[in-house]
Amino acid sequence: MKSYLSAIRAVIWKDLTAEWRTRENLSAMMVFALLVILIFNFALDLDIQAQESLSAGVLWTTFIFAGTIGLNRSLAVEKDRGCLDGLLLAPVDRSVIYFGKAIGNLIFMLLVEIIILPVYSFLYQVPVFQTGFLLVVLLGSIGYVAVGTLLATMVIQVRTRDILLPILLFPLTLPVIIAAVKSSQGFLLMIPLAEIAPWLNLLIVYDLIFTVAAFMVFDFVVEE
Amino acid sequence: MTKKPRLLSILDGLSGLMILVAVGLVFFYAPVEVMTGQVQKVFYFHVATAWVGMLGFLVAATAGVVYLHKGDPTWDITGHGAVEISLIFFLTAIILGSIWARPIWNTWWTWEPRLTTAAIVELIYAAYLLLRQGVDDPERRARFSAIYAIFGFFSVPLTFISIRLLRTIHPVVIGSAEAASQGGFNMDSPMKITFFFSLAAFSVFFADLLWHRIRLGKLRAEVEILRINAYSKGE
Repeated sequence: MKSYLSAIRAVIWKDLTAEWRTRENLSAMMVFALLVILIFNFALDLDIQAQESLSAGVLWTTFIFAGTIGLNRSLAVEKDRGCLDGLLLAPVDRSVIYFGKAIGNLIFMLLVEIIILPVYSFLYQVPVFQTGFLLVVLLGSIGYVAVGTLLATMVIQVRTRDILLPILLFPLTLPVIIAAVKSSQGFLLMIPLAEIAPWLNLLIVYDLIFTVAAFMVFDFVVEE
Repeated sequence: MTKKPRLLSILDGLSGLMILVAVGLVFFYAPVEVMTGQVQKVFYFHVATAWVGMLGFLVAATAGVVYLHKGDPTWDITGHGAVEISLIFFLTAIILGSIWARPIWNTWWTWEPRLTTAAIVELIYAAYLLLRQGVDDPERRARFSAIYAIFGFFSVPLTFISIRLLRTIHPVVIGSAEAASQGGFNMDSPMKITFFFSLAAFSVFFADLLWHRIRLGKLRAEVEILRINAYSKGE
């Protein structure tokens, strides 16, 4: 168990170090996210009144779009430079690679969110710094990345890979997106916790089911 | 190529006959519903096609699990065939539902849980076909689409629940008190007979189509092998 965890840590560490040297993935996600918010600002006429109910939707759309870019890139790099084969040759259980990559992707997505949220809060005076809201951001990102990492590993081996990831990923992660939007909206509008609870439960259930399912089938995705 | 099995020919005839009888029952046997009138007759085929749609997706997910276990290409062909057939049936169900909804709900479409889920299901399985198209290696294509079919099947109930938490006006015909206000109704015996017969007819029809589709898939694989052999001989 201990060596399993340290192997996962090694995969995550490798991703973080590689990213730290170039910072190209994170900066691309970040700039893209800011652009999406900018576009929403004009497309939806986001003034102080309108954004009350729209904020959650705008934020999550931004997160999942930026997340898709990050996911695609994180796995495409492995494939293009032949690193995936190297990883697969490592004498560890294949699920280590899945968890390592997934946690790495989660960290990137959370980093983008950590920077976008204060910016958004600054621009629109939205009270995003509440424990509940941040918990939703975490749970939603986990579900999204759990499925996203699996599908991205699949998509990089496919001919039409650049266009395929969002097409495969969005319909599957719809429950996460709906539940995340509704529960973050609930926290932003100060709705009592009892009414938000079903959405939180749904998020947790989705995260559990799909992390386990992805863990179970990951071997088949990287099999040669 | 093996000859067309006798049982398949019998199934062809049976499914054609059952569909005909179902049409007959719908138009001449089932009574006209009091509240909503003639348009209610759409319901028999609407539910039957939607049921076949769901059945196909269940078959695809099951075939996916079996394929990952056994690695037999027949299961891949089965899954692929089931998704193709169900995509069409589900689309038919949506269109039939629209025809019913126009006079009853006064709109062709509404963002209601069942309708929204149906739309998402169509998109998931359209994505399934796009995924298949993108992979050239048959073995890898089979693995990937098996996984996607399983994941799609898991996510659909969660999508349904999540939208259900949001809103609903779709009538629950069987066992619901407030259904009448949304265009629902109680079925009497001739209606029930028509309803269950339509379900059975479409299920048989589905089995028949799927069988044909599996034979077609195997035939296609054979042609592929013949072609490769011919190429290698030519060189």
